[in-house]
Amino acid sequence: MSTFVYMTSCDGCGHCVDICPSDIMHIDPTTRRAYNIEPNFCWECYSCVKACPQNAIDVRGYADFAPMGHSVRVLREEEKGTISWKIKFRDGREKNFVSPIRTTPWGSIKGPAEYDDPNTQEYATQQLAHEPDALKIDSLPTISRNQFVEGPL
Amino acid sequence: MASRKTIYVDSDVLVIGGGFGGCGAAYESRYWGRDKKVVVVEKANIERSGAVAQGLYAINCYMGMQWDENKPEDHVRYARNDLMGLVREDLGYDIARHVDSTVHKFEEWGLPIMRDPENGRYQREGKWQIMIHGESYKPIIAEAARKAATEVYNRIMVTHLLMDKNKPNRVAGAVGFNVRTGDFYVFRSKAVVVSAGGASHIFKPHSVGEGMGRTWYAPWSSASAYALPIRVGAKMTQMENRIVLTRFKDGYGPVGAYFLHLKTTTENGYGKSYENTWYDSIKAMVGDYVDQQPVPTCLRNHAFLKEVQAGRGPIRMVTKEAFKDPHKETIGWENFLGMTIGQAVVWASQNIDPKEINPELVMSEPYVMGSHATCSGAWASGPSDYAPDDYQWGYNRMMTVEGLFGSGDTIGGTAHKFSSGSFTEGRIAGKSAINYVNDLGNDQPEVSEDEYMSLKELVYKPLENYTVGRNEITSGTVSPSYILPIQGLQRLEKIMDEYVGGTSTDYLTNEPMLLRGIELLTMLKEDMSHIGADSLHQLQRAWELNHRVLASECVTQHTLFRKETRWPGYYYRGDHPKLDDKDWHCFTLSQFNEKENSWSMEKAPVHHIIDK
Repeated sequence: MSTFVYMTSCDGCGHCVDICPSDIMHIDPTTRRAYNIEPNFCWECYSCVKACPQNAIDVRGYADFAPMGHSVRVLREEEKGTISWKIKFRDGREKNFVSPIRTTPWGSIKGPAEYDDPNTQEYATQQLAHEPDALKIDSLPTISRNQFVEGPL
Repeated sequence: MASRKTIYVDSDVLVIGGGFGGCGAAYESRYWGRDKKVVVVEKANIERSGAVAQGLYAINCYMGMQWDENKPEDHVRYARNDLMGLVREDLGYDIARHVDSTVHKFEEWGLPIMRDPENGRYQREGKWQIMIHGESYKPIIAEAARKAATEVYNRIMVTHLLMDKNKPNRVAGAVGFNVRTGDFYVFRSKAVVVSAGGASHIFKPHSVGEGMGRTWYAPWSSASAYALPIRVGAKMTQMENRIVLTRFKDGYGPVGAYFLHLKTTTENGYGKSYENTWYDSIKAMVGDYVDQQPVPTCLRNHAFLKEVQAGRGPIRMVTKEAFKDPHKETIGWENFLGMTIGQAVVWASQNIDPKEINPELVMSEPYVMGSHATCSGAWASGPSDYAPDDYQWGYNRMMTVEGLFGSGDTIGGTAHKFSSGSFTEGRIAGKSAINYVNDLGNDQPEVSEDEYMSLKELVYKPLENYTVGRNEITSGTVSPSYILPIQGLQRLEKIMDEYVGGTSTDYLTNEPMLLRGIELLTMLKEDMSHIGADSLHQLQRAWELNHRVLASECVTQHTLFRKETRWPGYYYRGDHPKLDDKDWHCFTLSQFNEKENSWSMEKAPVHHIIDK
């Protein structure tokens, strides 16, 4: 499938241009609205669809294997922390799904520099940040180098 | 070209690629390097970039050591079995022992991980997999990376690494261009962590029209993970170990949750199970490896392929029973919506409700990667506390080039790391990079102005090719002087498909085919200097193609070197149709010499640290 943009909904804000991992959502200089410049490099990841404040972007299944008349619509609500899907089959059947997307407020992650500085002696160890506490076991596992054998077992 | 601005960015640690590996590297570099400048550069936007841009519905690498579910040793055994005996057990153990701390952080940051209502532990999908609501998996991880990095540069395509002008074989930075402004960027850095993407679109995909973007692995995974280190002479390993995925047809929707959690099975076109039919013939090819549990993925592919060749396709997933349970039906659909929305679109468009129809499966075109269930990538130094001498020459995850580190798809030998393991490997590389920078003292790398200025000319050449060549013709896409990136890409995919074991030969190749493939790839590589790009976007495509071509050449050299069929179901050497443990229970290593445009190949020993 590939994305397309409804002429009457798009206001050319460029959120889709900014987010597309494939760099295929661009602004048409004539209409000043977004469009998919390279449908055959679209992964149908829906990043642009989710990012569009006008809900102006939709997807039509790839012409070479998807019959027409279907739709998979999405509403991503960051503040509510949910994603809602509506699937419509070619024959009209519908399915709806809602899932959580995050359990903490956006922006609330504690950056690595906000923790106490590591001890000097920890640099030479195999220990990574927050270990062993974050492993939730007593210590970081290790093995003996004498265990190595070469060739098929 | 003089009109293009050159922007200089200095850093202690430069992370190339802001996917899971890169975000992990940024996080850990900051933790250990409080006063260091950590820069992340990404060709898209780290909010939604890399393989997890779309989300995931499971974390495929979690030990559960806190509940005694698995030990790191168990994961090494699992990955080794799946890869027919050949993995870097030192690196794999290293990821497995750290990965739980990564996952616990993800949950603390806000990733919704499902819980088993009976015991309160993470909901297992399989022995290694836990289930998540991962639509925002990438945005959450990107938030952590942004808080860690000094600067994040989005929309810059890194084209080349820069080497130290004083000391040979030491990295000094990278160059690239801004896809929006066209500015040229020179990154000068003491250490570099390559965390770029593996390779989709080097083999011709099943869908070649509008749907060619619906490859299983993201179309933006353009082999930069490999091309960047290859070009500066880093040794690569197991590049022949491409992966072929059995997935739902056309959308490539994942099957893991179906097999593992929903307990569905497969059947042939006549409603019969088929895998056991092929047991004896597989045993004749690979010996006792067929008896391992779980059965290696490549061997299950092999049975699928043989069954279809025998005229009993299509192969289907038996979903009708499981989907009668509404809870399971919801999981089945949300699984797609969480990570492969396109499969839901295909099913909706073709009126496929798995409650009523058993959906078709397909074997994909091959991909080259180091993070999923195969282990192509750079040859890296192992952990100092136990890695054997053959695997240890410097800092953990440093390649054979000094100061050059990697994680995720970039590092070879460590299959089955997936999202959590790639982030973890980034963390390992990030800490090592800080130690490396701290140890440098006054002996610091320096970029050469001659080098980056000549690269600047090279980087923008496709724009010039187009401008000049376009004047020769009236209109259209056919020029005698340049080819467009898409035209070059389609030539690459055709060569790899027909000569190096793509779908059109049922993954079969041999020495004469590979040698012919190399001849054609050589001409394609020469034609890279005649790529025409009409815009900065197409310039990005031109350099993605360039990376894919170099990686493909490496894949072909490795495939030629390994004279056995180690992984039937991934690819076959028709001239060496059996697994050969006597001569090939080893890693293959390659090294590219750019000046001489030549490859050298060697074997490296496989050391096992874990018993059966």
